[in-house]
Formats: sequence, structure tokens, C-alpha cells
Amino acid sequence: MSRRFSPKVVSANDLIEGDAVWLTEDDRWTRDMAEAELIEDEAHAAIRLLFAKGQPNVVVGAELVDAAPGPDGPVPTHFREAFRTHGPTNYNLGKRAEGFAPRGHIPGNEAL
Amino acid sequence: MTIIVTDTGFRVDDFPGVIRPLAEIEQIQEGDGVEIGPADDPRALVGVLGQVALIRVRFPAFNDGRGFSHARDLRSFGFHGRLRAAGHVLADQYAMVRRVGFDEVEIDEALAARQPEDQWLARANWRDNYYQGRLRA
Amino acid sequence: MYTYNEFDEAFVRSRVAQFRSQVERRIDGSLTEDEFRPLRLMNGLYLQLHAYMLRVAIPYGTLNPSQMRQLAHIAERWDKGYGHFTTRQNIQFNWPRLKDVPDILDALADVGMHAIQTSGNCVRNVTADHFAAAAADEIADPRPIAELLREWSTDHPEFQFLPRKFKIAITGAPNDRAVTRAHDIGLRMVRNEAGEPGFEVLVGGGLGRTPMLAQVIRDFLPQADLLPYIEAILGAYNLKGRRDNKYKARIKITVFENGLDAFKADVEERFARLRSQWSGVDQEILKDIEAQFAPPAFRNAPTDDYEAFRAQNGVFRAWTDVNLHPHKVDGYTIVSISLKKHGATPGDATAHQMRVMADLAERYGHGELRVSHEQNIILPHVHKSDLPAVWAALREADLATANIGLVSDIIACPGMDYCALATARSIPIAQQIATRFEELQVEHDVGPLKIKISGCINACGHHHVGHIGILGLDRAGVENYQVTLGGDGTETAAIGEKMGPGFPAEEIVGAIERLVLGYLEIRRDAEETFLETFRRAGPEPFKGFLYGTEETADAA
Repeated sequence: MSRRFSPKVVSANDLIEGDAVWLTEDDRWTRDMAEAELIEDEAHAAIRLLFAKGQPNVVVGAELVDAAPGPDGPVPTHFREAFRTHGPTNYNLGKRAEGFAPRGHIPGNEAL
Repeated sequence: MTIIVTDTGFRVDDFPGVIRPLAEIEQIQEGDGVEIGPADDPRALVGVLGQVALIRVRFPAFNDGRGFSHARDLRSFGFHGRLRAAGHVLADQYAMVRRVGFDEVEIDEALAARQPEDQWLARANWRDNYYQGRLRA
Repeated sequence: MYTYNEFDEAFVRSRVAQFRSQVERRIDGSLTEDEFRPLRLMNGLYLQLHAYMLRVAIPYGTLNPSQMRQLAHIAERWDKGYGHFTTRQNIQFNWPRLKDVPDILDALADVGMHAIQTSGNCVRNVTADHFAAAAADEIADPRPIAELLREWSTDHPEFQFLPRKFKIAITGAPNDRAVTRAHDIGLRMVRNEAGEPGFEVLVGGGLGRTPMLAQVIRDFLPQADLLPYIEAILGAYNLKGRRDNKYKARIKITVFENGLDAFKADVEERFARLRSQWSGVDQEILKDIEAQFAPPAFRNAPTDDYEAFRAQNGVFRAWTDVNLHPHKVDGYTIVSISLKKHGATPGDATAHQMRVMADLAERYGHGELRVSHEQNIILPHVHKSDLPAVWAALREADLATANIGLVSDIIACPGMDYCALATARSIPIAQQIATRFEELQVEHDVGPLKIKISGCINACGHHHVGHIGILGLDRAGVENYQVTLGGDGTETAAIGEKMGPGFPAEEIVGAIERLVLGYLEIRRDAEETFLETFRRAGPEPFKGFLYGTEETADAA
């Protein structure tokens, strides 16, 4: 009854700035999801989440989020996480205003 | 060892009596203590409030606020003995605890280490800036 | 208007100092995130998708010009130059950094404001009729009572950790503009047969996952009993409310599961027991508060120039037709400033716009501003002779949209553009609907129509009480929008009826267009509003417009 584990990234918010960050393979927190570690093994995912939760003075709300391999690195599979790589859609603010390329599919933004 | 917090800081527990669970209400003697939890009904104690020397209200989690109403109710039933909030109570809640009628807080060593005495003493001024006190006066 | 006394000032400053220390202790590890979270929430600080969000209380939606200017200053100094006015008469800043928040709170305290209890499981900011003390239909000004409730609820030691959040709304007018029946407690100011002031007290209303309209728990509560009675309701709820399931924790469920009679018996027992703790000092304090809400010095001046300008300028006339509301004083009017320009984000104002509105309030509005739960700004006291000047200044600041109460005056929560709880976006849907109806040029013909959009089941966008309600959901990883019709938030309150399957984002605007154009076809005459037509004709024809049944498929 083992279901295939869908790949994940560890996603969180920076404690001080509050912006979206992802855990890299070399234990850094990156603002660009493409640099994140794509975790394909369930047991390893649990270890990485534990590591993230052990940094309460750096990040808040660490969780595992579905992701898929993309051309530049992991991309979100759900639109909620895609918005986190992009910023709000009503203004040019947040990640895309800071020069980060949006990752995954941003609904209504078919040009990307 | 548990730590008792009052307006003057940390001290050891000096309550000499036994503290009984609510289930042992029939056996309560003069000078005993009794403990209630958030789901208990303090009205059960109304008949023995004259004998009880201490009531310990358990806070299993700091965000379960029922203990605050229990304290207010126990005082309104005429309990004048020692009223103690025990368990997961934060220094940041000390003013609330005192304002609803508790005399003291009982915490464990781990919490006391993380939230040392100065953080509790910072709220020992709980009589100040107290809207409800001003409105009820 | 109310200004802080020494007590309020000392209180707010001490709270800022406490929060500053809590932030420091969070960063140094004295407080875990689990412990810090409720403390930051009690001070209005959320963590959203892209950043922290600070929700600042605007008690009973009332602001003076210097407060509005300070909000502009905060937007520029610590945020990204704008603020979002909410359906709870608050303002939200979407981009503060954790370490700046204590400074922002100090800046708020400088003008007698705070962010206390704008979140958390406590008594939230008390809301009131945004036309208070100005509307022609008013019995009494609800704001002094709302201020008394603000003071009573602030830092209330017994009620900081309730089962769930708790919202109180108050109205002093028979026409309910405060949505009192959708609140945990709704208060309606009334007088008894002897002419004494008091309240009709409603309890157990709320929207969210399980929408319910509040029921009357007391027909007439004497004014002096208000605080002890509210305290009895809260005490009963604190003990009886469910803590095992967050979706069943609101008082509406407590009342529903226990039954109103049993809940009321509990409340009355507590009230009888605790009433004697109140010496009456609160009523003395209320008198002092009331004195601060004395009406401004209204002036008596001719309105001929206004009428003349109105006759000659069609654009101005169109604005006066929909953005004004009758004032109780001759020659005066209530101006609603629309924050719903077609295509803009509902409820957002730039720092510049905030300053323009502050200046107008100071120069032409007896120094008063209000925030409406419909996410617009109100100048409650404007003499009609000043309207041309007010309008000209608003136009220059892009604030003269003539659409109050019309199809493009849409309530929308921030949705998934900002909110961590959202399941879909709200803002783009509101933008597209407004833009579409501007193209169609029908909204003045359509007349009064309230569209309300929520981006999740929690219903911050009040979709249950929208004439047209739109609820954004996540259906298998795709945004999907469900339509409810016939909701009403006023004195004739009703929960909207779910129509049928939802629409994907690309189709919802067309669906709303079909609904509204369909209404124009079947209304009895131009006087019959959308809501009246729905109540008369029932859901069937509207389902036809939405989903295309035989007789309407061709017409569409």
C-alpha cells in the first residue's frame, strides 16, 4: 500500500523579513526556489524538515511542499506555492519586484 | 521541583497541606488544597470553600483560557484562600493571572529556565494600566 | 471625537514596550514560536504568504486627519506606500519587517492608535455604523458605547484566550449598516417604553464555514447593564465553547449546540452573580466619553452654488447621485469616497490618497473620517456648498469614482495574493468584474447591487451576505469560484443561497455578467433591485442565467 512519494521542498518564511524562503542542499535558506533541495525520498524529507524546524531563530512555519524538477531547479506544482515565488498579482511587489524569476505556473500569467 | 511565582519573584513551594484531585472532594479536611482542571466545574467546590486553604487551577496549555474564568468564578463564590495557576503559564500572562484573582503561579524548572525571574517581575506591576479595574472600580 | 487620556496613553505605551520585549525574547529564544504566535497576533501581527502583515485597529471605523496622515507615514516609512482598508474597518500593512513593528506601534501610539486585539482568540476591534452621528435615520450615536467596549475589552484578563475570536458590532440606527446579525454579539441601540436607553442584544451570528444569523438573547438590556452582561456572555462562552475543533469553536456553534435557552440561562446566572462587582463607575466614564463625541459646530449656509454646479456638470451630478447619503443636519451630506476605482484593488489607498482624504476632512469635513466595512472612506459631515471643491480634489487624486453601492463597489478580501489561509485569489476577480461592467456601461442602470468576494471559506469578504456572493476555492489545484445569491447584511439579513457548481477563473466574470444582464431582463421595472427580484422570482431564473437552461441558452 505504499504510495509513491511525491517530491518536496522545505518551504518557510524568514523570521525577521517574513518573506518566502526554501532550504538548500547545503543548509542555506534561499529566496529563489530553483536553488532549493528537491527531496525525493520520504525519510530524507522528514530529516530535512526536522533540520528546518530546528532553526526557529532563522525561519518560521517550515513545512514540506510539493515540487517537481524544472529546467533551473525545483518548481512548485500548486499555484499557492507558485505565488510565493512570484509575489502578489495585483501589484509588482515582492519577489518579482526584487528580481527573482517566478517558478511554476502562475494562473492568469500565461506569458510566463 | 516546582517554582512558585509571586509579585516578588521566584520562591519554593511553602504550601504545607496535601492537594487533592477534585474526585476526592468527600475527603477534604480543613487546610487541604484541591486541584481542578479546565473542564471541571468549580461550582462543585462551593460547599467546601470554607475548609479549603488552596485551590490549584491546572493550565495544561497556555492558550486554554478556561482557568481565567474559573478563578473569577471561585472568587465570586466567596473563596478567600490561596488561588494558584499551575502548569503552562507564560510570564506574559502573569498580569492576566493576577487580575482574575490568582495569588500565584506554579511552573516547572524547564519553563523557569526559559522564562527567568526578571521576565515575570516585569509584569509584577499588574495593577497599572488596568482598564477593567478602572471600569469596575 | 475621542482622544486618548493619560490612562489610554500610558496603557498603549506600556503595551508597545511589552511587545518590543516579546519580539526581543522571540529572537533570543526565551519565547518559542508557538508561544510568540498568540502574543504577536494579539498585537495584530500576522505572517502571510510573502511577508508579515500588521493589522491596525480603527476603533468603530473613526479616524481624525492626523491619524490618517500617520497611516500614510507608516505606509511610506515601513511599508510599500499603500494600505488596505478591510471589511472590519481596520487597515492592513502588507510588508512590515518583524523588527520594525515595535517602532510602527510607537508611531501609532503617537496619534492615539494601536493594533491591539486585531487578531487572536480575543475580543476584536468593535465595529459600528460608518454613518454614525451623521445619518438622518439614527436614534443614537453608537460610538461612545463602542469606545466603552474598546476600553473594556482591551487586555481583558479573562478573555485573551477564548475558544476562538470574538466580534462585536453596534448600530444606533434602524437601518443596519453594521451587519449586526453576522457578529458574535450584535448590539442595537433602542429605547424602552419609558424612553430609557438600552440595547437589543443579539448573539451567535457569524459567517465563515457555517454561516448563521444572530438571535436575540435580550430584547431590552438597560444601558448600565451592558458591560456586566457582555462579560457574562463571554464568560459562558469561554467555559462552554468548544476547544476540540477550531471550526466548531465560535459562539454561534456554542449557542446552536446548547440551544439558545440553555445558553441564555447560563448567561443570566453569571450576570446575576457578577453584576454587583460593577459600581457604576463605567457609566461615569461613559458620560465623559459621550462628551467627547459632541457634534461639531455645523454651519448654516446656502447650497445654491452646489445646486447650480450640479445642474451644469454631468460628471459631478453622477457622483452626487450615488456617493452621497442623507445627513441629519440641513445643508449637510455624507460623502462616501470610493476606494473601488474600476480595475483597482478594492480597499487600497496610497499614502498620497490618504493625505488627500485627511486634508479634505480637515478643510471641509469637521476633522472626521470613517472607514466603512464596505472598504470605502467616508467624510461624514460635509456641507453641500463644499462639494464641488471636495469632488475636484478627489478627482485629482483618482478618488472620485461614482460607484457607491453599485456593481463595481465590490468587497473583496485579500485572497491568495496575500493571505496564507486563502484557497483562491479574490482581488483579480473583483478587478475584472469592475472593469467588465465599466465597459458594458450598465452599472447605473443596474442600480444597487452588492457583490462580495471571499478567497476562502472563512468569509472575510462577507460573501454569504452579498446580493451576489463569490467564494474562491481550490478544486484539485485550480482556482474555482462558487456563486451564492440573495444574501443581505442589513436589518433584513439573509444568508445567500448556493447556486450550483463553481466556475473556473476564466469563466466567473462571464457568469456574473450573465446574471446581472439577466436580472435586467426579468426585473419588474427599473425600481426593482437585484435583491428584490431574486426574492420575488426565486433562484431558478438566475440558475438559468448562470448555467444556461433551454429558455435562456439562446438569449445568452
